[in-house]
Amino acid sequence: MKVESIVEHITIKIDGEDVQVPKGINVIEAVKMAGKGKVVPHYCYHPKLSIAGNCRMCMVEMGMPMRDRATGEAILEEDGSPKIGWMPKPTIGCATDVAPGMHIRTDSEMVKESRNGVTEFLLINHPLDCPICDQAGECRLQEFSAEHGRGYSRFIEDKNVKPKRTRLGPRVMLDDERCILCSRCVRFTQEVADEDVLGFVDRGTYSTLTCYPGKELAHNYSLNTVDICPVGALTSTDFRFKMRVWFLKRTPSICTESSVGANTEIWSREGKIYRITPRRNDAVNDTWMTDSGRALYKAVESDDRLTHYTIEGVHKTSDEVAAAAVEMLKAGDAVVVGSVHSSLEEQFYYGMIAQRCSAKPMLVSHYGEGDGLLLSEDRSPNLRGALVTGLIDALPTADLEPLARSVEAGSVKTIFAVNEDLTELGLSKELLAKVQVIYVGTHANATSEVANLVIPSLMVFEKDGTFINQNFLVQRFKAAVPGPRGIQPDFTVLEKICAPLAQEKPAPVTIDAVWERMAATFDILPEDARWRTLPEAGLALDGTAFQELQFVETKNLKYDPAKAEVPQAEPAGV
Amino acid sequence: MELLNTSLPYLLPIVYAVAMISVFMGLCAYSVLAERKVSGWIQGRVGPNRTRLPLLGHIPILGNLMTGLGLFQPAADGLKFLFKEEITPGHVRKSYYYLAPIVALAPALTTMVVVPFGRYVDADGVMQPLVLANVDLGMLIVLAISSLGVYGIVLAGWASNSKYPFLGGIRASAQMISFELSMGLALLPVFMWAAAPGSEYGMSLFGVVQSQQSAWLGLWQPLSALIFLVALFAETNRLPFDMAESETDLVGGFHTEYGAFKFGLFFVAEYAHIIIGSAVFVLLFAGGWNFLPWLADPWGDGLIGALLSVGWFMAKVFFMIFFFIWMRWTLPRFRYDQVMSLGWKILLPVAVGNLVLNTFIIAIYDTLTR
Amino acid sequence: MAKTKVLERKPLTFAEKTFLPQIAGGLKTTFATMLQKKVTLQYPEERPNIPDNYRGVPTLVRDPNGREKCVSCQLCEFVCPPKAIRITPGEIDPEAEPDRAHVEKAPKEFDINMLRCIYCGLCQEVCPEEAIYLQDVFSLSGYSREEMINNKEKLYELGGTLPDSHYKWDKKKAAEVAGNSH
Ligand code: SF4
Ligand code: SF4
Ligand code: SF4
Ligand code: SF4
Ligand code: FES
Repeated sequence: MKVESIVEHITIKIDGEDVQVPKGINVIEAVKMAGKGKVVPHYCYHPKLSIAGNCRMCMVEMGMPMRDRATGEAILEEDGSPKIGWMPKPTIGCATDVAPGMHIRTDSEMVKESRNGVTEFLLINHPLDCPICDQAGECRLQEFSAEHGRGYSRFIEDKNVKPKRTRLGPRVMLDDERCILCSRCVRFTQEVADEDVLGFVDRGTYSTLTCYPGKELAHNYSLNTVDICPVGALTSTDFRFKMRVWFLKRTPSICTESSVGANTEIWSREGKIYRITPRRNDAVNDTWMTDSGRALYKAVESDDRLTHYTIEGVHKTSDEVAAAAVEMLKAGDAVVVGSVHSSLEEQFYYGMIAQRCSAKPMLVSHYGEGDGLLLSEDRSPNLRGALVTGLIDALPTADLEPLARSVEAGSVKTIFAVNEDLTELGLSKELLAKVQVIYVGTHANATSEVANLVIPSLMVFEKDGTFINQNFLVQRFKAAVPGPRGIQPDFTVLEKICAPLAQEKPAPVTIDAVWERMAATFDILPEDARWRTLPEAGLALDGTAFQELQFVETKNLKYDPAKAEVPQAEPAGV
Repeated sequence: MELLNTSLPYLLPIVYAVAMISVFMGLCAYSVLAERKVSGWIQGRVGPNRTRLPLLGHIPILGNLMTGLGLFQPAADGLKFLFKEEITPGHVRKSYYYLAPIVALAPALTTMVVVPFGRYVDADGVMQPLVLANVDLGMLIVLAISSLGVYGIVLAGWASNSKYPFLGGIRASAQMISFELSMGLALLPVFMWAAAPGSEYGMSLFGVVQSQQSAWLGLWQPLSALIFLVALFAETNRLPFDMAESETDLVGGFHTEYGAFKFGLFFVAEYAHIIIGSAVFVLLFAGGWNFLPWLADPWGDGLIGALLSVGWFMAKVFFMIFFFIWMRWTLPRFRYDQVMSLGWKILLPVAVGNLVLNTFIIAIYDTLTR
Repeated sequence: MAKTKVLERKPLTFAEKTFLPQIAGGLKTTFATMLQKKVTLQYPEERPNIPDNYRGVPTLVRDPNGREKCVSCQLCEFVCPPKAIRITPGEIDPEAEPDRAHVEKAPKEFDINMLRCIYCGLCQEVCPEEAIYLQDVFSLSGYSREEMINNKEKLYELGGTLPDSHYKWDKKKAAEVAGNSH
């Protein structure tokens, strides 16, 4: 189901060349689609917001073939081509939808002149703040001034003074002098976040962005305003003055906050993560993400990271720990407590391990309240993955009461726990003392303290892998930063445990080797699916097999339980 | 007393020899200083002027003057060589490697024995040379032994067991052979003139000097002098003929693998050769201790006269040393093939021609004067 | 097409072929040089005159009010070809420095690794605040690698104060105080 097949196409002429574009889009999008590096510069237009048309940067010249009013016949030039009636003044591209036969000029003298003029006006009161402005390097105003501005100022009067350090909310700071009044932030809070807190007061050049009296920009989507602000007016309190964006490496990743699986970008420099921003995926999160999801990276540097493979608290190599784990699992009466936070590849391994030592796999659910937008009730990124890999066939339980009873009864000798604090799930430390515990996890907790074997694992920012989101969309994430020194990717260690259980020799595994095995094992995955070749926008699976299950998600931005069907993965960046 | 008298003939030469070696080594050290100073001056610099010995250097005025002239520098240089870490690369042939610097220095010290450096008038009123060993074959000994010096270089090149030193050694030996020939041929006319049949001096260097009381040989045998001089530069491995260590293409040449005191020995050997070479040139062509052409011997008898003759001789030698250094900063280094073709294609034929010419002239002269 | 001019090379005379006159000429030249005035500077006692545009050790400077000029924009870090500069940006605490609060940003740490620096001067060229200068410090040495990394303190110590013709931030402050908003 490709977009093109359902959308009607029309032909327009952009700078004298015929271009096929879908009907109903505006000129900015049409020009972008036409490619060849052509863009219509714009500030206030945002593909996911309503059109305001107030920045006037997107001026283009537009014309239509002329028709005789009386007959409706096309008027022709002398050489037989249709005569074009050009509008006498430029028009804004964002508010002009394409129409068949439309002619657009994006680089005529008039267009250039108007862009130059708009830029000059925008810069009149703009402070010379780039050296201390966090937006520098990703600032539209900077870019367009360089491209379309005149390079010097003719404004010799005093500039306006506006409030420079206004706190809009706990996470957002406003520098009013830099604001170009595009109203993107206002429209976002109204239209997407659905919490009307921002507005302009005063008029003309004195216009100032403020919160409504008694309110502040505190909702869980406030940082999206920082993303969409084309200039450095809105800045993130967290990222403020931390690092210049041009030093940061961008790595595509997936948010682990909930089963929405928002597409993200990790911004890191030399192994340190500085911020997380949303990545556009129209099938998942449009261009937004939650504030809470952006803060998850802080756990990477927390002090209680597990950084050593240990046996009974003594540092060992991964091989020794793996061998010890194999011994324990071989002894029988083992239970695997998997994790809905593990990647698809890891869950595949846990499933295999459980199968090979005839252990019963269990999962614990992590549910919370949803906000109907990009935070779903299922607060785990990969519950669907556990279903797909067959780790479980029913929804996970809230705690491990049955396991506690078995331990009490002495019918369990070994618990292989992944990233779950068993002590909070009904197994007290005393109970755990009765069994052998193998703990795989990223951070220390009560379970890791009593565990006999500890296998540190990598966080989502440190490894390659895949998650399956609420819509059965397989999404891939890449390692942005290296993990703690000496920690191997989880599936490398798991292979060392898994292979000996079936009397095999552990082989060095790559993620694509895991995928080769998974694609061969599970019918639901396409035969030729490989991690490396997964589409950027995600691979949609057919989730009908799991329709019977009562998933907890309620309706949110891209999920509707009423018609939980195959989602349509649209190519990102349309 | 008895003992002293009997042992004196044996003791005295040893004392002389030790004294000579000390003076000679001192000369070497100060030649190094001269090299550094003159190089500096020619390049518009001042050269070493910082080293100061504790007591001497603090004499008012004089101390500063000596420091400025760098007179204490040789001591510092010597100490530096002595106290540097002795490194012996693992790949060298040990015994030969250690032998090479000694072989390089020894010939220069040996030739010194037959080089006269002044004259005195003995009790009988006969003029005698100031020399350790006044042998009749002086010049032959000089030639024979000084050419052994190249063995040090060849040995160093070969024992270092690495490319550049090896190339340096090979070059040195080839060069030595090429120029030795012309040098010998250039010398023949000198002795043909100086030691006419029946003369009492034979090939002794004293005789050559004595024969120059009127005109110096350099004046009426300029061609021989020139050939000898060029060959001398080549033999001492000095620029523009320092092919053996040409640092632009051979890193350090034969001594690339040498450091610390072993390198110091090579270094001293080079200057020792220069000094001996200069001395021989002065003896053969520049009148030795004779004052000026046709103004032979204004030095009186007695001790003063002897010292004056030594002084004048040394002055000439110092000028020659200066000339060596001066030349170094005037001419660029030749290419190796140029060195070879100069030796074989130009110097050798010219030297042969010179010999033949002189033979004829002597024959004619003899016939006429008979 | 450009005209090619063929230069006739005169055959060498006999005297020239022997090189002897040339060698004599050369000796004369070198001897004359020897007698010329020496150009040597007696370094530690005598110091060279450093021209104004000399590119010495990069330093950070203060404005005439003694405030640090660098705002840690990190452009110099970006432009530095051998990546000698390392900056940790920081925020100015408005409580601690009320008269500088409007500058908002200042470097928390500023290291220039002089083992890497190639004295290209690009940092000075790129600095929008005229805060980094390659001044006249030309002799620098240390016993360890760490010593060769100039930290912020050292950089300001080396840099001192330079006259400022812009007073950018003072003007900004003045405008803020005058407040030409309505
Ligand atoms: S908003 Fe853009 S143009 Fe304005 S100061 Fe910031 S970076 Fe510079
Ligand atoms: S703060 Fe930013 S997004 Fe909001 S109106 Fe101003 S420029 Fe636009
Ligand atoms: S020295 Fe200049 S360029 Fe470097 S960070 Fe400071 S203000 Fe920016
Ligand atoms: S002078 Fe050049 S190399 Fe040195 S710190 Fe500045 S930019 Fe870097
Ligand atoms: S983008 Fe069209 S007016 Fe702003």
